[in-house]
Amino acid sequence: MTSTTPVTSAGAPEVASAARAVRRGGPISPGRRRQQRRENVAAYGFLVPWLLGFFGLTVGPMAISLYLSFTRFNLFGDPRWIGFDNFVRMFTDDPNYVQSVTITLVYVLVGTPIKLAAALGIAMLLNYRDAGSGFFRSALYAPSLIGASVSVAIVWRAMFATDGPVDSGLSIFGIQLGGWVGNVDLVVPMLILLAVWQFGAPMVIFLAGLKQVPAELYEAAEVDGAGSWRRFRSVTLPMLSPVIFFNLLLETINAFQIFASAFIISNGTGGPGGQTNYYTVYLYERAFANQQLGYASAMAWVLLVVVAIIAFILFRTSRGWVYYGGDSR
Amino acid sequence: MTAVQTRAEASATPAPRAPRQPSHSARKRVATVIWFVVLFALTLLILYPLIWLVISTFKPSSEFGSNQGLLPNSPTIDNYIRVAEGIGGIPLWRFFTNSLVIAGLSVVGTLISSSMAAYAFARIRFRGSGALFAAMIGTLLLPFHVLIIPQYILFQRLDLIDTYVPLLIGKFLAVEAFFVFLMVQFIRGLPRELDEAARIDGAGHIRIFVSIIIPLIRPALITSAIFSFIWAWNDFLGPLLYITSPENYPLPVALRLYNDATSTSDYGATVAVSMLALVPILLFFIVFQRFLVAGVATQGLKG
Repeated sequence: MTSTTPVTSAGAPEVASAARAVRRGGPISPGRRRQQRRENVAAYGFLVPWLLGFFGLTVGPMAISLYLSFTRFNLFGDPRWIGFDNFVRMFTDDPNYVQSVTITLVYVLVGTPIKLAAALGIAMLLNYRDAGSGFFRSALYAPSLIGASVSVAIVWRAMFATDGPVDSGLSIFGIQLGGWVGNVDLVVPMLILLAVWQFGAPMVIFLAGLKQVPAELYEAAEVDGAGSWRRFRSVTLPMLSPVIFFNLLLETINAFQIFASAFIISNGTGGPGGQTNYYTVYLYERAFANQQLGYASAMAWVLLVVVAIIAFILFRTSRGWVYYGGDSR
Repeated sequence: MTAVQTRAEASATPAPRAPRQPSHSARKRVATVIWFVVLFALTLLILYPLIWLVISTFKPSSEFGSNQGLLPNSPTIDNYIRVAEGIGGIPLWRFFTNSLVIAGLSVVGTLISSSMAAYAFARIRFRGSGALFAAMIGTLLLPFHVLIIPQYILFQRLDLIDTYVPLLIGKFLAVEAFFVFLMVQFIRGLPRELDEAARIDGAGHIRIFVSIIIPLIRPALITSAIFSFIWAWNDFLGPLLYITSPENYPLPVALRLYNDATSTSDYGATVAVSMLALVPILLFFIVFQRFLVAGVATQGLKG
């Protein structure tokens, strides 16, 4: 249990206090100081690849991309400074952008809660019994591994095509929807279903969390006369809240990054009616098909800010609903 | 494990209400049967797209428009034979080899660079460790969008387009913080007495890392190897951006070739290649599923 939470809470402070201890231990003796220097050299030696990657492939590119977002740039000329023009154009003069933001938000804000609810529900079902649940757990996890692949996008398109398995399955029940792929109203739900289909990874994390909830809590609640809904609300949910927080944060950020499935299903066009033109698909089109690298960089930074705001809100509100207590953890 | 069993029994045995005792084991058996049936149906539903894919590869192309059923009317392996010849003069094994090279080198790079960084973060007290560790965790949440454009410009200026360098260099530089974090967690769980004893015997950090830590973190290395293989194997955006000649394509981009060129005329070929592209992942999954599920459960790795 403790191993999932440090991302958010325990890890960094622990190291920070270690670092403080090092600093405090500084002015004792020259020998001690020499040894600390040797430790520093060793550490940075081990960190050489990571530092090169961090500055060369992460921090440096971020700075360049921030600069480019204020320019007009087509890869071959020199970037031309245009101030906030890209950002202004995005929100006032680019209906495709606004549409792309809208469908991406719908996809993230509708898809992620459904996916997590499915993951939690099925994790609780698996947790009902130990014997035999291992097979189901593994089988249900499999879609998470392959869900983002091109192969699955192709299969998904076939599943939801006109007269495909979903269409003919629904018409047995008298629901005549036709193909989902070319239908402006159904292509977003179809991709949300693809996201929900990959509930396996959060399910496995929830299941690990459920196994940590002490049985005494349920017994005590039952003695107090709590029904199954009350036990779920007052025992399961609070005890799982750190895991729910972790899953919510990661799955939300992941959902913003949908690319391969939308790109394959629409053959890179973003159609029908712009309904598969998710943020990343549109950014790819602007940057690499239209060579508008400045505009696309501005798009990337808007996304970064939005993701940062969402993460901030989640972290801030988590103090109110995430419960890190209990003697068992 | 035992906790769950006792809880299941506890909830099924409402102690104060004794009179119901006789029927209780029968009722429990019924509940178990229902549990199996529900989960089995659910699993079948979830795995249906994959079952459909496997069976469809044996449908002749002509049946894709006409036969809506799951089973082919006249099963054939023609799709596989046709697909093996490749597309546009490039044999299929070439795409497979390209994918294997990329995924294999990704595993090597990830294991070396991530384990080194993880050792420094987990075991050495050094100036700046707190800030750097926090920065590493921060990159876990960074959307890749702010990086792809400048990275593309960088690799284009260095004349590295249509090589595998842009796809691999990040792996050798521990850019995927997930793996560093996973290994840091694992190393922190090892008893410190081991390296302190080695240090008293005069071993330096390199020696401790190679002879003590590496052998002990094998489970974390295996988990990281499997995930980095699968992610590199599935990666689509990277090769789509950087690989321009078809003979260098890995499978996902090559699949797009089938998908674009033949989606109307040769559906059979498309599903057959889709299937073949998933085979290595599914094999990995079947062999290593314990490691994968344990890795996800303990570290909260994304799938």
